[in-house]
Amino acid sequence: MWDAFGFEFVNFYLIPGLVLGCIYALGAIGITLTFGILRFANFAHGEIMMSGAYLTWTVMAIAGYAGLTLHPLVAMVPATLLVILLFLGTDKFFYKPFRKADTIKVVMASFGMMLIIRSAVQVIWGPNQLTFVRGIAKPNSVLSDVSNDIGMMLIIPNKHLFIFAGTVIIVIALSYLLNRTRIGKAMRAVSDSPDLAHVTGIDVDKVIRATWIVGGICATAAGVFLVMDVQMLETTMGFRMLLPMFAAAILGGIGKPYGAVFGGLVIGLAEELSAYPWIGDTPLLSPGYKTGVAFAIMVIMLIVRPQGLFKGRSF
Amino acid sequence: MNMGQSGAVLSLNNLRAGYGQTEILHDLSIYVNPNEIVAIIGPNGAGKSTAMKAVLGLLNITEGSVVLNGEDITDTPAQKVIERGISYVPQTNNVFVNLSVQENLEMGAWTRPTGVEARLDEMYDLFPDLAEKRNQAAGSLSGGQRQMVAMAKALMVDAKILLLDEPTAGLSPKYRGEIFGTIQKIKGTGVPILIVEQNAKQALGVSDRGYVLVDGANRHTGTGAGLAADPEIARMFLGGGH
Repeated sequence: MWDAFGFEFVNFYLIPGLVLGCIYALGAIGITLTFGILRFANFAHGEIMMSGAYLTWTVMAIAGYAGLTLHPLVAMVPATLLVILLFLGTDKFFYKPFRKADTIKVVMASFGMMLIIRSAVQVIWGPNQLTFVRGIAKPNSVLSDVSNDIGMMLIIPNKHLFIFAGTVIIVIALSYLLNRTRIGKAMRAVSDSPDLAHVTGIDVDKVIRATWIVGGICATAAGVFLVMDVQMLETTMGFRMLLPMFAAAILGGIGKPYGAVFGGLVIGLAEELSAYPWIGDTPLLSPGYKTGVAFAIMVIMLIVRPQGLFKGRSF
Repeated sequence: MNMGQSGAVLSLNNLRAGYGQTEILHDLSIYVNPNEIVAIIGPNGAGKSTAMKAVLGLLNITEGSVVLNGEDITDTPAQKVIERGISYVPQTNNVFVNLSVQENLEMGAWTRPTGVEARLDEMYDLFPDLAEKRNQAAGSLSGGQRQMVAMAKALMVDAKILLLDEPTAGLSPKYRGEIFGTIQKIKGTGVPILIVEQNAKQALGVSDRGYVLVDGANRHTGTGAGLAADPEIARMFLGGGH
């Protein structure tokens, strides 16, 4: 019974759901921090994720010419630095003039930035799909040493272990930053009340730069993890992630980073588990409707509890 | 340039200011000497809070000057004004509700280069109620305690002057008394205070001097006790309500 039901569920629905959840969570962190601190919905966030993945691919390709085989997680480090520069550059030259403008104008500007980044990536890397590695990643029976009966059946590919570990490390580091460091506490203070932060003498510009840096790190990790998972880069991948990431941020509560992590995991799991044959032999929802699940959760949340599960800001 | 009252810590000299094109302050002059509590009282819409915002550089000043310890700070941006030692407690939204009491005080010390730990201890001595609540979210405290957090937060820097915008608005009589008591304790530490108040009687009771503002200009000026005893002012503000 277990091998017929349990491990199929765990291996093909639960673990992929958690992996997707981790990716959404990392993306949603950046969205929720930007929303909380800079007060606008950044539509370009998905494209930043995507360009982080392309830059990682490029670092791997350059290393490849030199005869080196770099793991994506290693190549991700210099790529992240470039993404941070990209974030700080767009902030300085693109978003800063909008700082005192109405929110809707900044949102529209970020929509424009989204198109600019995607077009630039298409011009530089071309419209065709790319991949980090050729071939198929080997499944890994993680617990085979522990128990022959159960262990052999729990199959987690190495890439998924890397994604879980990477997400846990980033979330712990983020929690340390927000609760233990001066700049992290200031980020929470600005998110709480920008006007009060201003008359308290907090250097709000510095806080904004820190926000872009944290968002850039999380977005690049999300982009690279996504490519490690689906083994394919394409220029529309960021845009496809945008809706579930916003759904995750809203579910958790706008401006609440832990809410974004929780929301990301819920949305990821909900999307994957919606395709499980809960009743009868056919999937509950055709996998084609996965994105609809995130959308439905977002709409229900906005109607029933717009402040989200973690009591974020409601608009 | 009118540098105002000599020897004053802070002076607003013949100020005309407002939001955009709308002028709210018409020829306003106020000064605060060292070791003084000065109250600004007046009816709603007289421009009391606006006068404070003018000091902080949050307003469009068309004429006149703001002088801090002999230095002209007219039109200086808020962050620089605070770096120069003017601490401000807004009337509402004056604590970071999602931050703990201690984190609020740490944020108050943002422009303080060193000695944050020692200053925290001094603040917990001055506000003993806050010491035991240091790890609690400021948003979970009562109105009176929040006001204490807001004042302690503002005092985390070595303030040359403390500006309090209606510190007792919306508080119960018990807390009002406590806040005015704390204000006198703060004065005892050598920080002069400029306070805007609706509770005119109590405010004048703790103040060395007071200004009565009507329609954005000085109407009456005098000692706290003198103004409180003035029958015309009593009729205007002190008769009923709070």
